[in-house]
Amino acid sequence: MRGTDHTLKGALDALAAGETTSVALTEAHLEAIARLNPRLNAFITVTGEQALQAARASDARRAAGQAGPLEGVPLAIKDLFCTAGVQTTAGSRILGGYVPPYESTVTANLLRDGAVFLGKVNLDEFAMGSSNTTSASGPVENPWSRANDPDTRLVPGGSSGGSAAAVAARLALGATATDTGGSIRQPAAFCGIAGIKPTYGRCSRFGIVAFASSLDQAGPVARTVEDCAILLKSMAGFDAKDATSADLPVPDFAAATRRSVKGLRIGVPREYRLDGTPPEIEALWQQGLAWLRDQGAETVEISLPHTEYALPTYYIVAPAEASSNLARYDGVRFGLRETAPGSDLRDLYERTRAAGFGAEVRRRIMIGTYVLSAGYYDAYYLKAQKVRALIRRDFEQAWARCDAIVTPATPSAAFGMDEKQDDPVKMYLNDVFTVTANLAGLPGLAVPAGLDAQGLPLGLQVIGKAFDEETCFAVGAAIERAANFTALPGLRADAA
Amino acid sequence: MTYTIEGTTGPWEVVIGLEVHAQVVSQSKLFSGAATAFGAEPNSQVSFIDAGFPGMLPVINGECVAQAVRTGLGLNAKINLWSRFDRKNYFYADLPQGYQISQYAHPIVGEGAVEITLSDGTTKTIGITRLHLEQDAGKSLHDQHPTKSFIDLNRSGVALMEIVSEPDMRSPEEAGAYLTKLRQILRYLGTCDGNMDEGSMRADVNVSVRKTGEGFRTRCEVKNVNSVKFVMQAVEAEARRQVEVWEAGDTVHQETRLFDTARGITRSMRSKEDAHDYRYFPEPDLPPLVLEQDWVARLKASLPELPDVRRARYVAMGLTPYDAHVLTLEKETAAFFETVARGRDAKLAANWVTGDFFAALNRLKRDIADPPVTAENLGALLDLIADKTISGSLAKQVFEAMIETGKAPGTIVEERGLRQVTDTGAIEAAVADVLAKNADKVAEYRSGKDKLFGFFVGQTMKAMAGKGNPALVNEVVKKLLG
Repeated sequence: MRGTDHTLKGALDALAAGETTSVALTEAHLEAIARLNPRLNAFITVTGEQALQAARASDARRAAGQAGPLEGVPLAIKDLFCTAGVQTTAGSRILGGYVPPYESTVTANLLRDGAVFLGKVNLDEFAMGSSNTTSASGPVENPWSRANDPDTRLVPGGSSGGSAAAVAARLALGATATDTGGSIRQPAAFCGIAGIKPTYGRCSRFGIVAFASSLDQAGPVARTVEDCAILLKSMAGFDAKDATSADLPVPDFAAATRRSVKGLRIGVPREYRLDGTPPEIEALWQQGLAWLRDQGAETVEISLPHTEYALPTYYIVAPAEASSNLARYDGVRFGLRETAPGSDLRDLYERTRAAGFGAEVRRRIMIGTYVLSAGYYDAYYLKAQKVRALIRRDFEQAWARCDAIVTPATPSAAFGMDEKQDDPVKMYLNDVFTVTANLAGLPGLAVPAGLDAQGLPLGLQVIGKAFDEETCFAVGAAIERAANFTALPGLRADAA
Repeated sequence: MTYTIEGTTGPWEVVIGLEVHAQVVSQSKLFSGAATAFGAEPNSQVSFIDAGFPGMLPVINGECVAQAVRTGLGLNAKINLWSRFDRKNYFYADLPQGYQISQYAHPIVGEGAVEITLSDGTTKTIGITRLHLEQDAGKSLHDQHPTKSFIDLNRSGVALMEIVSEPDMRSPEEAGAYLTKLRQILRYLGTCDGNMDEGSMRADVNVSVRKTGEGFRTRCEVKNVNSVKFVMQAVEAEARRQVEVWEAGDTVHQETRLFDTARGITRSMRSKEDAHDYRYFPEPDLPPLVLEQDWVARLKASLPELPDVRRARYVAMGLTPYDAHVLTLEKETAAFFETVARGRDAKLAANWVTGDFFAALNRLKRDIADPPVTAENLGALLDLIADKTISGSLAKQVFEAMIETGKAPGTIVEERGLRQVTDTGAIEAAVADVLAKNADKVAEYRSGKDKLFGFFVGQTMKAMAGKGNPALVNEVVKKLLG
C-alpha cells in the first residue's frame, strides 16, 4: 500500500503497528505534491525539508513511546493560519511575503499532538470566494472532472479549495480549513471528501487571518468522517487568547462516529427545496434520508422560515466585519507597501490597498463600508443583525422537533473555472445551504453521498445543535456507511 | 455671581461640557499583556495585538474593568452590568488595527454626579453622562525626520476611560473646578494618576454661548486640552470667539477646534462636513461584558474614603472648612495629615501641616511624596508641645532643625538642651535679673505704660534662650511687677 492511499485513521493504525513511518508517509506525500501540484496548484508553499525533519522527530517520539494522537500524520494547512517562521499569504498580494513570528492556536494544537505539516495550501483571497479563483497565487483545480467533458477544468470550491483538492488528490491525509459561509463544506462536497465546520467557539480563532469574526470558524477536511473527527479533536478546545472560544471539554468525536442513529429525529427543512436545484441533488437528499430511516432514524419535516433571508443577511454581516478586519492591511507595519516619491499617508493607503487587494476583496470592502455608513447602518447592518437573530431562533425552535438537520451541501456539483465568474450574485448562491449554520453558529458537516450524471461528487450536509458535533458525526458516518462512496477523482497520487 | 461675557448686545451665558480621557492605572493594556509604563523606549511596549498583526485577537483585561467600575462608583454613577464594545473605524498611521475598540452604544458606567466647590464657598453638582472604556491609539512623531513620520505604538492599546459630563458648567472656574475635582477623585481611587503633563489625563471641552433663558446654541469641541489652566483659558477664548461670531450676525458652526496655548486662541481643526464617518458596529471579537452584582458590591465595599467624605470628617474633627479642603486636595497630603493627627489634637496638627510644613515644602520646592520632615517626626514634635517639653515658639526652632538634620524632634531637644524650663525658681531669677537691668522701663511701666509688659516677657524668654515656659514666665513677670 502506498503512503498516500491511507485514510488518516489507517495511517495512524499502520504507524502504531510499525508498518510504516512518518518519514515514509511524508516522503510519499511530498513526492505526490511534486508530481501533481504544478497542475492542481493546491499548495502555495511546500515546506519539504521542515516536514521531513518533523517526520524524523515524530518517528523518534513514537519509538520512545511518546506518540501523540496525530503522531506522524502529514497534513496540509490552509494559508489563512499563521504558522511561525513559514510565509502566510491569506491568498493575497497584500501580505507581501509575510512570515508570522507566532503560531495559530489550531496549528499549535496539531503540532502538540504530533502532526507533520507539508506546507500551506491555497484559498480564495482572505477566504472570500466559492471557487478558489480569487487567490493571488492563482486558481486551484478540482482533481475531479466531468465524465463526458474531461477537458473542462473544474473549480474545487472555496474558499478552502486548496485544502479540499489536496486531500481529494491524496497530497495530504487531511487539512485544516476555515468556514465563514460554507468554505469548508462546499469545497468538501465539490471534491468528494468530508469536512466539518464546528460550532462557533469550538476552535480558537487566534492566529487565523480574520475574514468575518462573528462567522469564521476553523475545521478539518479529510477523506472520511472519522478522519475529520480525529482531526477536530486535536484542533478544538478552549483558548484564553480568543474571547469567543468556548470553555467546554472536547468530546471524543471519533467515538461519536460509531454511534447508532437509531431513534434520532432528522429534520428536513422544507425551505431548503429551491427552484432550479438539479433533480439529482433532490434525489440524493431523499436517498440520504432513506438511508438514515433504514438505520432506525426518523425523518420529520421542519420549517426554518427565515431561510430565504440568510444569504442577503450573510452578504451584509460578513462584508461589514471584513471591511473593518482588513483595515489593518495599510502598508504601515507589515506586508506590501506601495509608495511613490512625495506620496503622503493617504497616498500610501490608496496605492498599497489598490495593488494588494484583488477585485472580490475590494468589492466586499466596498459593500461592508457602505452598509456600516451613517444613514445606511439601520437599513442594512442593524436589520441584518435582527434577521440573524430570527434565523438563530428558527433553529432553536426546530430543535424541539429534531436532533439534527440534513440538507444538500451545495445547490450544484463543481462548475467550470470560467463559469459564474462574471456574476458575483450567482457565485454567492453557492452558499445558500451553508450560510445558515454560520449565522446561527451551529456545526455543519459535509459528507460525500453520491455522484451526478457527469460522475461528479455530491455531498449532503448535517447541521447539529450548538456544541453537538457528536450527533453530526454520528449522522454523517451513517450516511457515509450507506453511501459507500468509493469513487475517486482522476487526478490523484496513486493514479497512473 | 453669574459669569457672563459682555458683548455689544449685552451679557452672554457660557455653557460647558467636558469629555475627559483618563488613562487607567493598570500593569498591562486593555486587550493585551503589554506593559503600560510611561517614558519607555519607543515601540518597546507593544504586543502583536497592539500592533494589529494578522490573526491577533483582543482579550479584555479584568483589572481595567475593575478600575472603570471603581471610578463609576466614585462618581456616584450607575454601573451597567451589561455593556458592550464597539469598533470605531478610521484610518491613521498610529491606529494599527484601522479601528479603535471603544464602547459607543452601551457604556460600562451610566449617569452619575460630581460636586464641585467654588472659590466663594458655594457648591454645585455637575452631572456625569457616562463613562466608557476604550483603547488608546499610538503616537505619530512628525518632527524626527525631514520627510517621514515616525510611529510609537507604546500607547497603542492602553486603557482609557472617557468620562463625559453633562453641559452643566457655566464658567471657566466651574470647568476648572470640575476637572480638578475629577482628577482628585480618580487619584483617591487610584484609577488614574491624573498626570496631565504626561498625557494620562486630557480633556475635550465643549463650549457654546447663549442669551439668558435660551435653549442651547451650536457648540464647538476644543480637543485635547492638557491642563486645568488651559481648559479655563480655552473656555474663555472659545466663548469670546463665539460671542463675536453671533454678534457679527454670523452663525457658529459645529466643528472641532484646537487651543493654541501660545496665542490663547482656538483654531479650527475640522468642520462637521469633514468629520469621519466612524462606522461604529459591535466588536465581534469580544462577547458583551457582563458583570456580577456581587462583584460590583465587593468593589464598592473596598473603595477608599473619597475626598468629600474625608473633608466632612475633618470638619467634624474640628478643622476649618478651608483647612479640610486644602488637606484633602491630594490624598497623599491627607494621608500625611492623618499620620500627624493620629491620637493628637487635630486642629493643632492641621495648623502645623498647612502652616510651617506647607511653607517648608514651598521654600524647599519639595512635594508631599518627598517631605523634608516625616509625618511621624512632625507628630512627635506635636507631642513635645503637648507635654510642655517645649513651647510653641521653640517648636518652630526645633522644626527648622528637623529639616536641616532630618533628626527626630526629641533628639534635637536633648542634643541642644532645648527642654522648656518650668522651674519657677529659675524663672523668677531670670525675671528679677531682667527687671533689675531695666529699672527705667520698670518705672515707665509702673507709671502706666502697660505695653511694656510684653517687653519684659520677651527679654526674659531671650535670656532663657526661649526655653522658659511662656505661661509661667507671664505669671512671674506679672507677680514681680506686682
